Amino acid sequence: MSGQLLIEIYVLVLALFVGFEVISKVPPTLHTPLMSGSNAISGITIVGAILATGSMPGTISATLGMIAIILAMINVVGGFMVTGRMLRMFKK
Amino acid sequence: MQDLVIPIIYLFSAVFFILGLRQLSHPRTALKGNRTASIGMLLAIVATLLNNQILDFQSIFIAILIGSAIGAILAKQVEMTSMPQLVALFNGLGGAASLLVATAEFYRVGAFPIFIFFTIVLSILIGSVTFSGSFIAFLKLQGIMKGAPIQFKGQHAFNGLLVVLVIISSIYGLLNPFSSMFLIIIGVSLLLGILFVLPIGGADMPVVISLLNSFSGLAACATGFVIQNDALIISGSLVGASGIILTDIMCKGMNRTIWNVLFAGVGSTNAITDNLQVDPMKSIKSYEPEDTVVIFENAKQVVIVPGYGLAVAQAQHMVHELQKLLEGKGVVVKYAIHPVAGRMPGHMNVLLAEANIPYDSLYDLDQINPEFEETDVTLVIGANDVVNPAARHDTNSPIFGMPILDVDKSQTVFVLKRTMNPGFAGIENELFYKDNTIMIFGDAKDTVSKLVSELK
Repeated sequence: MSGQLLIEIYVLVLALFVGFEVISKVPPTLHTPLMSGSNAISGITIVGAILATGSMPGTISATLGMIAIILAMINVVGGFMVTGRMLRMFKK
Repeated sequence: MQDLVIPIIYLFSAVFFILGLRQLSHPRTALKGNRTASIGMLLAIVATLLNNQILDFQSIFIAILIGSAIGAILAKQVEMTSMPQLVALFNGLGGAASLLVATAEFYRVGAFPIFIFFTIVLSILIGSVTFSGSFIAFLKLQGIMKGAPIQFKGQHAFNGLLVVLVIISSIYGLLNPFSSMFLIIIGVSLLLGILFVLPIGGADMPVVISLLNSFSGLAACATGFVIQNDALIISGSLVGASGIILTDIMCKGMNRTIWNVLFAGVGSTNAITDNLQVDPMKSIKSYEPEDTVVIFENAKQVVIVPGYGLAVAQAQHMVHELQKLLEGKGVVVKYAIHPVAGRMPGHMNVLLAEANIPYDSLYDLDQINPEFEETDVTLVIGANDVVNPAARHDTNSPIFGMPILDVDKSQTVFVLKRTMNPGFAGIENELFYKDNTIMIFGDAKDTVSKLVSELK
């Protein structure tokens, strides 16, 4: 097992702990926006999609990547926008 | 230079995600949190575009534009009652994107060290299950497919067989690089996702959406291992953790284990009819809306318990009118929200917020339960199983042990209901027969608007 991989596993475990800590503080009132917002964050796959599309023009990988960019971007833009729309409705 | 700059931007992007989620812990800062997280995403995209391996910018920008446009339209047009479907759809797209990226990597490289190969298979598996499972959840929530569980004999054994098939094809694929074995892995995984959601009943959908939400994060995380990118690993695990927490809350709200939700197929019709025994000796009291005015006017505290039925009847604006009217007469009005009210975690809160009902008058189960004894009037609108006292004492009841709102402890309970038909779980509700319970039959919106005009 390479050192790089080991570091990635470290990152994974620590990030999971941070996630549990931060998210358990979100009140039930905001659980729907939390879900749509975290959904938008899971669109981070766009990073992989951009690399696949841009680095190998004309290959199958690039085509798959392009579809992946579209899907991930729907997720990102749609997710953040609908979360914003919901949160603007919460009034004191 | 770019070896240093790009990872640092990714680090910033991860920090922005974490800060954004932290700001979500209060309604006051939540909107800012959403903005913070979206800046994080922008940073991640910019960092990726700086990578000098990227030769073709045109395809990228076209795809980004198409995706953004579709996303924006969906976000602007969705009705708040349809949020669960939209989230299911987004979950599915996230899963599909991870699946495609892992597949693209497979085509690009072909032969892999064993661990990377393992993560690609994992990424494809989770991505596919998320995609096809979310799609079925979407169909059920949208009402295109009926909500009842769909089961067949030997389903669990068959699913087990499919998992074995994924493992065998993975080993074959590892030993024979560049083979098309992963197409079989994709196909079988997609089938697994479909079979995983089909047997789950409509009432359990909040659990499924939460779980799929978690999967969409874990899929991104697995993809992060495939392309060795920490930004994906961090963000993916944040979303994964979030989904796991919500799944847990939903399960606790129904007093069920996740395994029971996934494998028991609760809500199939044969389970319903067995429990419908009404004691002919029991009687109910029913009032017309105008008969209740005196009781409301003499109340000090009124608690409103909204269920999904309220949202379906679009009564939330009328309920807000009622709240303002009562508050004008010096009555304290609170809302009691059960964790599984609505069709997804926190759904009821959003529906009430849409009607401008202030969030500080909404109370969770733990906050409001001690208050019912000092409450003069509780108004149950479109909720049923979550206020059934049988959950506390009747060990034979299917909902025994489920945390409920103790509305029966208040002075008077008004239950607004269309008919005497049982609720989603098909269980007789003993609340309706209590001495302090008064039924008001009719459409929720009509009844509340009658109450409003009588109180004016």
